Amino acid sequence: MKGLKFILAGLLFGVVMAKSEAISWYRIQEMFRFQSFHMYGIIGTAVILGIILVYLIKKFKIRDFHGNPIIFQDKDTSWPRYIIGGSIFGLGWALTGACPGPMFVNIGYGYWSMILVILGSLIGTYLYGLIKNKLPH
Amino acid sequence: MLQLLRQPWPWYTSGATIAFIMLLLIYFGKSFGVSSNLRTICTIAGAGKKVEFFNFDWKTQKWNLLFLFGAVLGGLIASTLLKSDQPLQISAATITDLQKLGIVFDGNLNPSQIFGWDFITSPKGLIVLLGGGILVGFGARYAGGCTSGHAISGLSNLQVPSLIAVIGFFAGGLVMTYFLLPLIF
Repeated sequence: MKGLKFILAGLLFGVVMAKSEAISWYRIQEMFRFQSFHMYGIIGTAVILGIILVYLIKKFKIRDFHGNPIIFQDKDTSWPRYIIGGSIFGLGWALTGACPGPMFVNIGYGYWSMILVILGSLIGTYLYGLIKNKLPH
Repeated sequence: MLQLLRQPWPWYTSGATIAFIMLLLIYFGKSFGVSSNLRTICTIAGAGKKVEFFNFDWKTQKWNLLFLFGAVLGGLIASTLLKSDQPLQISAATITDLQKLGIVFDGNLNPSQIFGWDFITSPKGLIVLLGGGILVGFGARYAGGCTSGHAISGLSNLQVPSLIAVIGFFAGGLVMTYFLLPLIF
């Protein structure tokens, strides 16, 4: 069962996102209204620890469990796709209160109506693929 | 122990666990990013036959689909075995602001007014949920990642493009929150 470890990692992700209420529409509204530290605390802690971990992996040239070197891909340097794509994403995030991870965690939690949001996000992804070459990147 | 786990988890536990999950996936030779699964699902559905962007070997992304499946299971566990018996606690200011929009705080994770049966079966509800999803899916792929890929993985690797994307996430989120939500609700 090579796949089991990914299921378990995902399971931990789902539990922690739900138990820390990061899958809550209300919590996302609270964040965008700057009325609570909660979401900033979650993202901030993850990023600060993440920066330290990535730095240590690079510094000590730590290998992955296959024994291969760990390579961090640099993102393409440009402006338009990140700012325009990011803003479009943000509009949807604040409206539905869910980014892609939480959409699925919410399904598990019992919010079946999130299927509509997931269906929408699949349509959106397809539309992007369709007109990708006409968009400024 | 179970009693303790059933209570809402504080932000620092959550943030640390998310960093740990990112580390786990890196150690497994992968990377943390959820939204690329949406592309994979489109490919499995056959989108690669018509659109080049979806023409790739989806089996290379099987691990990420398993991660996503695990996330659904995690949500199920959180709502059953680890379910909190207390209502959600959010800022009083947010409750007041939402009330002005006509959205009542009901103590659940998500408002029944938006995710409940009555709303989602109305034309407006269908447009809000489907439309919101379209924005998320389109924007995530256009920006090359979502909250996990850019805000967590990208910023941890000090990527300027990810910082620009996160600024975009907030720009869009603020426009929706302050200008568009009052028009929609």
